[in-house]
Amino acid sequence: MSSPAFEIPPKGGFSFDLCRRNEMIAKKGVNPPSFRKTGTTIVGLIFQDGVILGADTRATEGPIVCDKNCEKIHYMAPNIYCCGAGTAADTEAVTDMVSSQLQLHRYHTGRESRVVTALTLLKRHLFNYQGYVQAALVLGGVDCTGPHLHTIYPHGSTDTLPFATMGSGSLAAMAVFESKYREGLTRDEGVQLVSEAICSGVFNDLGSGSNVDVCVITKGHKEYLRNHLLPNPRTYVSSKGFSFPKKTEVLLTKITPLKEKVVVIEGGDAMEE
Amino acid sequence: MDLNMDLNAPHSMGTTIIGVTYNGGVVLGADSRTSTGMYVANRASDKITQLTDNVYVCRSGSAADSQVVSDYVRYFLHQHTIQLGQPATVKVAANLVRLLSYNNKNLQTGLIVGGWDKYEGGKIYGIPLGGTIIEQPFTIGGSGSSYLYGFFDQAWKEGMTKEEAEQLVVKAVSLAIARDGASGGVVRTVIINSEGVTRNFYPGDTLPLWHEELEPQNSLLDILNTPSPEPMTM
Repeated sequence: MSSPAFEIPPKGGFSFDLCRRNEMIAKKGVNPPSFRKTGTTIVGLIFQDGVILGADTRATEGPIVCDKNCEKIHYMAPNIYCCGAGTAADTEAVTDMVSSQLQLHRYHTGRESRVVTALTLLKRHLFNYQGYVQAALVLGGVDCTGPHLHTIYPHGSTDTLPFATMGSGSLAAMAVFESKYREGLTRDEGVQLVSEAICSGVFNDLGSGSNVDVCVITKGHKEYLRNHLLPNPRTYVSSKGFSFPKKTEVLLTKITPLKEKVVVIEGGDAMEE
Repeated sequence: MDLNMDLNAPHSMGTTIIGVTYNGGVVLGADSRTSTGMYVANRASDKITQLTDNVYVCRSGSAADSQVVSDYVRYFLHQHTIQLGQPATVKVAANLVRLLSYNNKNLQTGLIVGGWDKYEGGKIYGIPLGGTIIEQPFTIGGSGSSYLYGFFDQAWKEGMTKEEAEQLVVKAVSLAIARDGASGGVVRTVIINSEGVTRNFYPGDTLPLWHEELEPQNSLLDILNTPSPEPMTM
């Protein structure tokens, strides 16, 4: 993070003093516990009648894969979904919080939520936390003003694009989009291209892996294709898998009785005086 | 390893932004590259943001900070327009940007406010990092601007026509794109005068070629996909 050339005590907003203290302590060699991160490939594109979102399903904690089939396409509103990359807890918390605010807003107004509303709520929260809420999001949805696709970065900046990728696998996925995306894709072509982009992340990025989730949003309709592709099925040595007997088999029985009483040995040498 | 660090860096717009006045209005210009470290996060971004019907702003520096500043100023100006019952002046818009920039020194953003109003005509205000305000006949900003100071000293003339001013802006941005690694993509311009606002878009392959630049080429993928060329006819 770039820091300003001069330090001025902040007048308002949150205090990030402890974050800076933690950074300093970490620099001195005392490392804090690691978080569950979603080293991720998430993508989205606009097709002829809506938006398609895609995500892989690997969650990592440092070098360890801690969930092989997690969900990264989060619900925001019936017509809006959001893919999350970064710290799993942050993406989950921020999308849940905003989806609840959107639900209350819908009760209040009695209208369908708009994508820009979700976008503004998300970017305001992320900007307030100055990048310490590590959530990189791809937000997509269809509202009364048509299909929309946005990317939101942890520092609170947003972009509006016809196709977008995020996460550690974003370079691999963007390579696919840059070479094959065009305007006016059909639904099937769109799903195919999104799956291809996610697969490119799954196979070429170490932080991404396992399965492909896809979500197709069109006017008044949505389709959540959980595990649309399973390119990495679990394989066993035996095709049937392993089976274990119902109970432990008794191989040997031998009973050794314990001595019940202290045996007094008589007739020992008498003590001498 | 470094690559990942760069992707986590905040979004900054290594940028070229320009504002030029002409006889009757202003021309604003910008490139379209947004980068995170070494990665181009958006190659077609729009750095010329609308504040009101007659005032626009060119953004540079941190993408998040400049978006927040322009969102707040747009909100204040809309409120101001309703309370006043007439369009806000460029001076008021520039002063609101300055207030936010000056009072929040942690904001890493430099902005150029440009527009037209009935009192003062076309006006350009530069608001660089510290939150000072400078009214100038032309202003350049962003990382690409360091390549342009000499060019503007030579090429800018008092009382240019709209066409001359726009051609100057497009030429200058394309020169900066050619030399500044953090600027690139397309050139976007906004012309504001008494008649309204015109937005123009110049794709990268239509820009002039400068020293040692190569002709625009179709990607290999396009060539492979096209069917075999038509047989020659006499």
